[in-house]
Amino acid sequence: MSSVAVPRTATASARARRPGVVTVYRWELRKLIAQKRTFIGLGSALAVPLIFVIAMVADNDGGGPDDLPFWGLVTETGFAVPLVCLAFGAFWLLPLITSLVAGDIVATEDHNGTLKTILTRSVDRWQVFAGKALAALTYTAALLFTYVGVALLAGGLIWGFDPLTSLSGTQITAGRALLLTGLGTLAYLLPMAAIASIGVMLSTLTRNSAAAVVGTLMVSILLQIVDAISALDVLDPYLLPTQFNAWQGILREPTDWDPILRSAWVSALYAAPALGWALTRFVRRDVTGG
Amino acid sequence: MTTLPIEARGLVKRYGDITAVDHVDLTVGAGDVYGYLGPNGAGKTTSLRMLLGLIRPDEGSARLFGRDPLLEGARALDGVAGFVEAPRFYPYLSGRRNLELVAALDGDGAEYRIGEALDTVDLADRAKDKVGGYSHGMRQRLGIAGALLRAPRLLLLDEPTTGLDPAGMRDMRALIRRLADQGITVLLSSHLMTEVEELCDRVAIVGSGRVLYEGALEELITTAVGRFELRTTDDAQAAELAAPFGEVTQVSDGLSFSGDERTAAELSIALGRAGIGIKALVPRTPTLEELFFQLTEGDR
Repeated sequence: MSSVAVPRTATASARARRPGVVTVYRWELRKLIAQKRTFIGLGSALAVPLIFVIAMVADNDGGGPDDLPFWGLVTETGFAVPLVCLAFGAFWLLPLITSLVAGDIVATEDHNGTLKTILTRSVDRWQVFAGKALAALTYTAALLFTYVGVALLAGGLIWGFDPLTSLSGTQITAGRALLLTGLGTLAYLLPMAAIASIGVMLSTLTRNSAAAVVGTLMVSILLQIVDAISALDVLDPYLLPTQFNAWQGILREPTDWDPILRSAWVSALYAAPALGWALTRFVRRDVTGG
Repeated sequence: MTTLPIEARGLVKRYGDITAVDHVDLTVGAGDVYGYLGPNGAGKTTSLRMLLGLIRPDEGSARLFGRDPLLEGARALDGVAGFVEAPRFYPYLSGRRNLELVAALDGDGAEYRIGEALDTVDLADRAKDKVGGYSHGMRQRLGIAGALLRAPRLLLLDEPTTGLDPAGMRDMRALIRRLADQGITVLLSSHLMTEVEELCDRVAIVGSGRVLYEGALEELITTAVGRFELRTTDDAQAAELAAPFGEVTQVSDGLSFSGDERTAAELSIALGRAGIGIKALVPRTPTLEELFFQLTEGDR
């Protein structure tokens, strides 16, 4: 550059440190933290276990869905509370609050026209998409751990952190119960990540936040209906609702890893095509919103 | 180095039956302040979107400093900044935070230019406020600030003064002028002829997706067929005499006819012979507005 007036331009230094997926991811998290929607989701993940505990305290005559695992143990040890919450959260609560953010993360930028703002900088489209998908998954993990953590804490404070009876009928010490709850939550994260991926896909394809949020919940409920039809039982091992029960393998002695392994690849079978399809569309599409 | 800031060849974009951009060629040289002039709906924004790689052309290609955004992605935008339609930011973040975000996505030390950019567009005082509370004019200025973070050699601006009040328009034009004086090549899309006349040295005039004229603004004005205003003692008869020389129209206080200086001389002799006195014979340089309508009229 010989001219003095011309501003410094992107040359070697730009190539040396171009922003990438990590930069996009970090800013996607900051955007999430600045949005009300994120806290509606996290707030629900925090409030529902509390409401559940309060309801149980107010009405401890028993009576309830006995088919839920650990239901009978709720008032005996706090460790049973997060496990019951995981069991009933799968029906619609956790899919809903997951899709609240995952279904919004691309569509809202489409709608507000900010997509063109970030796509005319120095990051490629696939990097923007990857950063967004990672942020949606991070939020999903955060809300799940909030949900389990609050349930555990509230349950423990009221009913104590006493040993837990495993699904095989053996006694589990408090320390081990804590570890197993953590592992069970991680196993539960697998189908949750699949739901989040479907949310990101619908967010990208529909370009409409509300449609994507509702659509994701509909997919989740439809899979449960298929799961409930006995004539279609042959499909059950490949449906997400089954994977939402896989964590129970952790709470057996000896640990039953089979459902968890299955959950890992079945969830991936949902997540990978969803994200792949969304990515190819995102990279090629016309950006005209706003 | 002969790579042009913008070189678009045969750009076509169709939406169903409508051809929004119809074989558009654009050549913008280094240092040009290039006006992209056309009425609303002429395909200006669509063209800009293709230049920035936001949408894919159905035919043709665009290169910025020799790089095709479709083939090279974000790298093709190195040294390029701008916005299409109104610049958009995150309403729930402050102005400064928005600039920090885009600067992070720019890399190349863009974050160190935030303070200067805010000063340049006169937004330093409001930088801490959420963009959701900004006026339209402030958002336009923030859009310019966001573009400046990239230290651009080429700036693409889509109707930057639209929706601004007169003072805002004046300030925005002064700012564009200043940036151009610093050596930045500017592509300015506008439907305002006075704006293009004031700022630009080269123009492409578009209507219904096609380029109707491309070249130096001065050349367009000087080579255009001139008009003369004529007032006589007998306008009705004068109009008849003038008819063979060119196109004649009745205006409020006389006649207006098209032609060059020779036509004017010949007509004045003819009028004298017919005993019609000339009260006034005034050459009128066509304004860009008149040229614009001449070019786009056949188009509708």
